[in-house]
Amino acid sequence: MSQMSEHRTPVSIQGLAADDPHLAPAARHPRLVERVIALNFVVGLVLVIGFGACYWVNAAPWTLGATMGGGLFFLGVGLVAWGKYLMPRGPFVEERHPLASAAVERDAFAAAIVERGGGVVKRRKVLGGLLGGGLGAFGIVALFPLLRSLGPLPKGTLFHTDWRSGTYAVDQTGRRVSVGELAIGSIMTVFPEGLENTDRGQAVDQTVLIRISNENFVTQKGRETWAPQGYLAYSKLCTHLGCPVGLYEQQLQLLVCPCHQSMFNATNGAIPEFGPAPRPLPQLPLYIDAQGYIRAQSDYHEPVGPGFWERS
Amino acid sequence: MSDAVTTRRSRRQSRGPYGRLGSALNELDDRVGVAKGGRSFLDKIFPDHWSFMLGEIALYSFVVVLVTGVFLTLYYVPSQALVTYHGSYLPLDGTSMTEAYASTVNLSFAVRAGLLMRQMHHWSADIFIGAIVVHMARVFFTGAFRKPRELNWTIGVTLLTLAIVNGFLGYSLPDDLVSGTGIRIAYSIILSVPLVGTYLAFFIFGGNFPGTAVIPRFFILHVLIVPALIVGLVGAHLFLLVRQKHTQFPGEGRTERNVVGSPMFPVFMAKTTGFMLIVAGVTALLGAFAQINPIWQFGPYEAARISYAVQPDWYMAFLDGALRIFPSWSFHSFGYTIPFEVTIPAVVFPGLLFGLAYAWPAIERRVTHDDALHNLLDRPSSRPKRTAAGVAVLAMLSMLFIASSTDVIANFFHVSLNTVLWTMRILVLVSPFVAYPIGYFIAKEIHATRGGGRRKTVNVVERTASGEYVATPAPAYGDDVPTELAPTPVPTFITPPEAVPPTDPGTRTVDR
Repeated sequence: MSQMSEHRTPVSIQGLAADDPHLAPAARHPRLVERVIALNFVVGLVLVIGFGACYWVNAAPWTLGATMGGGLFFLGVGLVAWGKYLMPRGPFVEERHPLASAAVERDAFAAAIVERGGGVVKRRKVLGGLLGGGLGAFGIVALFPLLRSLGPLPKGTLFHTDWRSGTYAVDQTGRRVSVGELAIGSIMTVFPEGLENTDRGQAVDQTVLIRISNENFVTQKGRETWAPQGYLAYSKLCTHLGCPVGLYEQQLQLLVCPCHQSMFNATNGAIPEFGPAPRPLPQLPLYIDAQGYIRAQSDYHEPVGPGFWERS
Repeated sequence: MSDAVTTRRSRRQSRGPYGRLGSALNELDDRVGVAKGGRSFLDKIFPDHWSFMLGEIALYSFVVVLVTGVFLTLYYVPSQALVTYHGSYLPLDGTSMTEAYASTVNLSFAVRAGLLMRQMHHWSADIFIGAIVVHMARVFFTGAFRKPRELNWTIGVTLLTLAIVNGFLGYSLPDDLVSGTGIRIAYSIILSVPLVGTYLAFFIFGGNFPGTAVIPRFFILHVLIVPALIVGLVGAHLFLLVRQKHTQFPGEGRTERNVVGSPMFPVFMAKTTGFMLIVAGVTALLGAFAQINPIWQFGPYEAARISYAVQPDWYMAFLDGALRIFPSWSFHSFGYTIPFEVTIPAVVFPGLLFGLAYAWPAIERRVTHDDALHNLLDRPSSRPKRTAAGVAVLAMLSMLFIASSTDVIANFFHVSLNTVLWTMRILVLVSPFVAYPIGYFIAKEIHATRGGGRRKTVNVVERTASGEYVATPAPAYGDDVPTELAPTPVPTFITPPEAVPPTDPGTRTVDR
């Protein structure tokens, strides 16, 4: 009871007598607390040594984490308890000294900058202007090697892919895709021949090839010859953020982008039916040659992938 | 010493009362002059409150990030050159992958403690950013950003931005299927910036996606440039904290002109060092028992492949949610395109959000015309409008966070994706307007209640020798005694609470 009702006012820590109650430990039973802390430290020490042992014998990763984590945890708990219960309980107080300087010092500081600086710079405006101009020009000029060298200009790269008139569609292993390869209602990813293993072929030219039965799809105006024998090819780059449109909902014949759930109607010009994608997937015009291989009539007629400023 | 005989005793005497360490300190003081400043540093008072530990969690998890990150750099190879994997993880044997991915798999399986270090690194990065956010909320709701601490608030918001950027960069480095898709999305977001987007994207990535430069460039940003900025700003943050001294909650003996608490040495130093060990220990336990980012299951990045139902790290989720629920409004005019469906949720919205965070101290000052220096904190309840504004923003961000899992929610609850999408759209737009009044009225009610927001004190019942029972209220806890200093000045936009007749703290009655 006496402990609880004892009232202590905060004092400054400086100049305290050694027997000042503020310097006494906060714990009511210091001996007991000391033992508990010691126990924490012992467990921590054992676990930390155990960490070394686990590392030495190349034990499973979780044992390393368990011993290290447990060791640090118990050492930490012991140290916090030491600070909280066995160190001077205070409370202590410290004055805040105002951050602002005296008016005289402020004025002197401002005067040093304004008057001394003004005396030097204002009187020599031309010199100051030339120096500023020189450094400023360097700042601008230096931007060019810093920024311009980082990469090529976009120019037309975003407008074209590597599909050309007559390019063979190949699968990921480079094998040419021929008619009869795909069952109706199935789908595969194709690339322009020779680029199937390149970054650009994978990232830009990737195209999804779908075979749909001839009856149930809507042909867009001007695309009557683009889908021979039900073979349709769309860019696999989502028009939202460029993720591969990797999922195909066979029942609804929707191409689905797993990133943000844009859904494109495969039977109707890949028009977006759901989600944040603003445009249909561009369609690649196809033809089937005399040997039965599937080939491109031309490049895509519009830029593939997400929107950007220069895209009309 | 003139007799040129030095005995052990004479040496000890010449050292003075503080022994070997004392004489070493004297030597140092002769040369550098550490005694005066050092002493006042050791005597520095830190106020005690649990909420002041949140910033410490951020600081110490950053320490863990640095230490584990140094370990990882010893084994990670920042290269997009293709290699064929023949390592100890057999399911990937013979797979073609970049050196970045191969080295990450290797350091997870072939390097002793490598997996633990990688998981600790990832966990502590997530905790770092989480602790910053919670610390920032504490500073916001208690008004600790007010004059003279606006600059430190600005530094803090910058630190949060840098931490998020660096988190994303680090998440990208393993070059696995999931992180590669994240890079692809980041590329498209940069591309969506009006006017300069394509140039920015080409300069950052060294050409069209994916290019060969992105992993090495992200690496040097992730391990050198951004961390250097963070270390510098953390230093400035702490310097300002020491220079301006810590804020404190109002309480007995606490005024605008003093600090009440524990001294730097030894009390605070023991507690904070112990706390650092605890933070590191908990991170290690998470690294041991909670798997995070198992990149070997995702496989190496291939631009034409994609994984299903993946979410980014938690701090990116609000952006992903915004991208998911924003409608497909692309803007075309005069032969140019602004992809609103990307630009608004992923560029404009975070810009406004962080702009609001930066501007908040100035906005509040403009409203309250409060030009005074503040070292005593507000209780969130005593500033209902500010509290409500913070709650509204957090409510909206939480809804966006949930919106980043629309597909998972639809699958889990067997509802249509369309229903989830529209629900989230409505919740994101409505939640701030619902949260604001709720926050406002709760804060006002708490503030109007006598003793609201304070812990109740106990009544101690004692039986006297004559069998009489006497109830004595125990003294209030130190922090709970209302200070005689009303928060100054009381802004006009808040109704002042009913005046409470001054009572002796010991005689306050408690209804139980």
